[in-house]
Amino acid sequence: MGALVTIDSIAVTPRRLSLLGRWRPRLWPLWVWLIAGAVAFPIVTVFSYLLEPKGEIWRHLAGTVLTTYVANSLLLVLGVGVGVLLIGVPAAWMVTLCRFRFRRFFDWALLLPMAMPAYVVAYTYTGLLDYAGPVQSTLRVIFDAPGGLRWLPDIRSLPGAVVMLVLVLYPYVYLLARAAFLEQSACVLEVSRTLGCSPWRGFFRVALPLARPALVAGVALALMEALNDFGTVEYFGVDTLSTGIYRVWRGMGDAAAGAQIAALLLIIVFLLLGLERWSRGRRSFAHSTGRYRPLPRYRLGGWRAFGAIFGCALPIVFGFLLPATVLLSWAVANVDMWSAERFVVLVRNSFTMAGFAAVLAVMLAAVLAYAMRLRPTTPTRLAVRIASLGYAIPGPVLAIGILLPFAAIDHALNDWLGTAFGVSPGLILSGTLVAVTFAYLVRFLTVSFNVVEASLGKITHTMDHAARSLGRTSFGTLGSVHLPIMRGSLLTAAIVVFVDVLKELPATLVLRPFNFDTLATMTYNLASDERLAEAAGPALAIVVVGIIPVYLMARASAAARPGRHSAADLTEGLKTHLT
Amino acid sequence: MTASDFSLELQEVSHAYGDLLAVDQVSLHVIAGEVICLLGPSGCGKSTVLRVAAGLEPLQRGRVLMGGNLVAEGSGGSIPPERRGVGLVFQDFALFPHLTVAGNVAFGLTHLDAGARAARIAEVLSQVDMEAYAGAYPHALSGGQQQRVALARALAPKPAILLLDEPFSGLDARLREQIRDDTLHILKRSGTATLMVTHDPEEAMFMADRIYLMEAGRVVQSGSPDMLYRRPVSPFVAHFFTALNVLHGIVEAGHVACAFGRLPAPGHAEGAAVEILVRPESLRVVLPGDRALSDHTTAGRLEEIRFLGSSKLLTVAMAGPDGAEMRLRIRHGGRYLPEIGGQILLQLEPEDSLIFAARKTLAGRHREASDKSPVLSGI
Repeated sequence: MGALVTIDSIAVTPRRLSLLGRWRPRLWPLWVWLIAGAVAFPIVTVFSYLLEPKGEIWRHLAGTVLTTYVANSLLLVLGVGVGVLLIGVPAAWMVTLCRFRFRRFFDWALLLPMAMPAYVVAYTYTGLLDYAGPVQSTLRVIFDAPGGLRWLPDIRSLPGAVVMLVLVLYPYVYLLARAAFLEQSACVLEVSRTLGCSPWRGFFRVALPLARPALVAGVALALMEALNDFGTVEYFGVDTLSTGIYRVWRGMGDAAAGAQIAALLLIIVFLLLGLERWSRGRRSFAHSTGRYRPLPRYRLGGWRAFGAIFGCALPIVFGFLLPATVLLSWAVANVDMWSAERFVVLVRNSFTMAGFAAVLAVMLAAVLAYAMRLRPTTPTRLAVRIASLGYAIPGPVLAIGILLPFAAIDHALNDWLGTAFGVSPGLILSGTLVAVTFAYLVRFLTVSFNVVEASLGKITHTMDHAARSLGRTSFGTLGSVHLPIMRGSLLTAAIVVFVDVLKELPATLVLRPFNFDTLATMTYNLASDERLAEAAGPALAIVVVGIIPVYLMARASAAARPGRHSAADLTEGLKTHLT
Repeated sequence: MTASDFSLELQEVSHAYGDLLAVDQVSLHVIAGEVICLLGPSGCGKSTVLRVAAGLEPLQRGRVLMGGNLVAEGSGGSIPPERRGVGLVFQDFALFPHLTVAGNVAFGLTHLDAGARAARIAEVLSQVDMEAYAGAYPHALSGGQQQRVALARALAPKPAILLLDEPFSGLDARLREQIRDDTLHILKRSGTATLMVTHDPEEAMFMADRIYLMEAGRVVQSGSPDMLYRRPVSPFVAHFFTALNVLHGIVEAGHVACAFGRLPAPGHAEGAAVEILVRPESLRVVLPGDRALSDHTTAGRLEEIRFLGSSKLLTVAMAGPDGAEMRLRIRHGGRYLPEIGGQILLQLEPEDSLIFAARKTLAGRHREASDKSPVLSGI
């Protein structure tokens, strides 16, 4: 009776008992609020500039370009919103509810464009479609117009930017719509059939309304990314709020006005979030039945099947295959432009930074997730909600919201140390990797948190209790139950953050230390100098690494068994992104 | 019997969630080798009692003793669950999905060396008849197999106390009876003190040496299953075990008159309104040959027969005291029956009637076990 001995061996008296204390940790809320505070920091900074008196430049802006910034941003959002719905929903519907050749292939291949940063696609298409590119050259020969074809639309325009963004952002809608259609009970759809709906009407009257929250969430995610985009619109010369921040801040040298534009952008983002929340309303979209059967798929044949294959192939070809092939050919053709050392430095810089941020993001996410699990009190919930707001903050806003206060702190520190001790330590916060890592954590913590939380949710509380009753301490339970079960998901979370950091452009551009180049910033710099062929190398590297999370997601969605694959938490995490 | 004979003892334990008092001054004890059931409707606080005993819920008021040693008192602190040496089996079994069956069972055996551990795993798995599945993962097992592994895992470290939280409700009905029987034998062989929580009275009566019946956070009655069934202390207890026929009457000269004549009503005040509760099997159908007609016999009209296999459930209509028609349910084991619509004679043994002071609500003559009373459905 070894167990009994343990009890006997502790000579318990009421007095000593109180020393043992309660075993629930109490420090969690403190940590959670620290993290929430860090995320709120750039938001508060940016908004605080709204209180500053409006300067000369602001008045000038308001009279001239500000309207253009806002109008372009809104048009961009509108165009991208419509575009991602038009591609994402039909693709998801065909893949989940129909049966045709290559369906299984399209099921995961439709996610591939996610590996492409929008700015990389923009550079590629510009290279393909501008005056000197192969398309116009060929057309000039065909139409025998050596002077150029004036009537051709210019890719470097607002519609061009919309198309570029739609091509890489539609997978958000596709992924969430696909999951929503799969989750819908076949019974619900069958009931609609027995009540006289044709498959088509059933789709519009039952399946689509039921999937609405997922669709709205997917669109909202895509729009956040669209507002976050800097590389594409900057390259195309489309003035939006996110490029406006830089133009005013760096170009005109007015940080306050830049921050005020950032605040404006942030307000639009929060309006978007509010709209998403409001659209869900009070209706419950929870599934009313627990019975699931594999969805009966409508078999498509003949021209319908051809249409489906064509419809599914189109976004993959233009969103991934074509740009990837072009990049590859450029990179191969210009391989001599890159010395091994120059490239290795870029990769090392990128990977170090991304790896560091990924590990930290997963650790912080674990703190948040555990705090929620141990004691989901109202203050903790609120703090976690604030902490997971970061993904909504566009990169340019983050950049200005972090750099301004950090620089101020650095200067104050230098002044003080200079007068007091005669030393000048340099820019400790704003000139080092601290600032840029901080920005990554704020922006990508949400992603890792959602994945970690989804995976932690699979470990029931009774499993904890079973472990405790079998002799494990709460720390021992973490090591022997939680970590082994969550290992895969933690790795997935880290990989996703890693790749997001690798692709991130606007914040990196501003916050990186002087002369510290990454794959993304080098791609941007070379493309800005119109050295597209040379930019293909680092761009291709980003895309190749970017395929990893797509592969993980594809594998998770292929393995339908819930809980068997840790990468399923990624899809799960994406779904809860906005809730 | 001294306190140290109790493997587990709770003394006046109270527990509140916010403003809601979930457990109100509950005291109970379990002796080694005994199976005790904590029975009650959902939300009555029985699971909280179990969690407090296991140390999963911090004690707020009262004392918890194990083997005569104090493990928690008041809100001062407590021995954490991992040092209490308590086995737990959950409703969802809570098997670790990343470990095999053997790995799950080995989880609590870290204090043994490899050889002893392997031997113990084999021993426990053979006890629950699962040796063949040692290498399988939980998701590959059926519900019943998972339950047995959960039991084996809890028993493996030889805990002095085993706590079971609705261990059979995750299983389907047919399987449940078999597993219940097997589990009872395993528990009795292991000699552990077992405290089991259930909402199913039949399950409690089958498994328990003693039952503690809880209502709204309090223990309303404890004792042997037979005792609770035959001598309930309140209508709540009586209603909890089966559906009942309810008759009404007024006490006169220590007796109450009803359709079955004058029944002794000791302890009730003169002129008090009482309700007479009669279990469906307490009413006997008088066969044509029977001569011993007592005062406690009355005639009715057979309205309906429902076949339940080993017995039949009869519905008999008769005139009530106020002239309105009333219906009684009778569980009848015999083969003889009159035609439907024909006359039937019913007899009641006075000692089988349960007489309680009438509650305010008089609605309903037969109430089903699930919605017996406002007290219950309101929880």
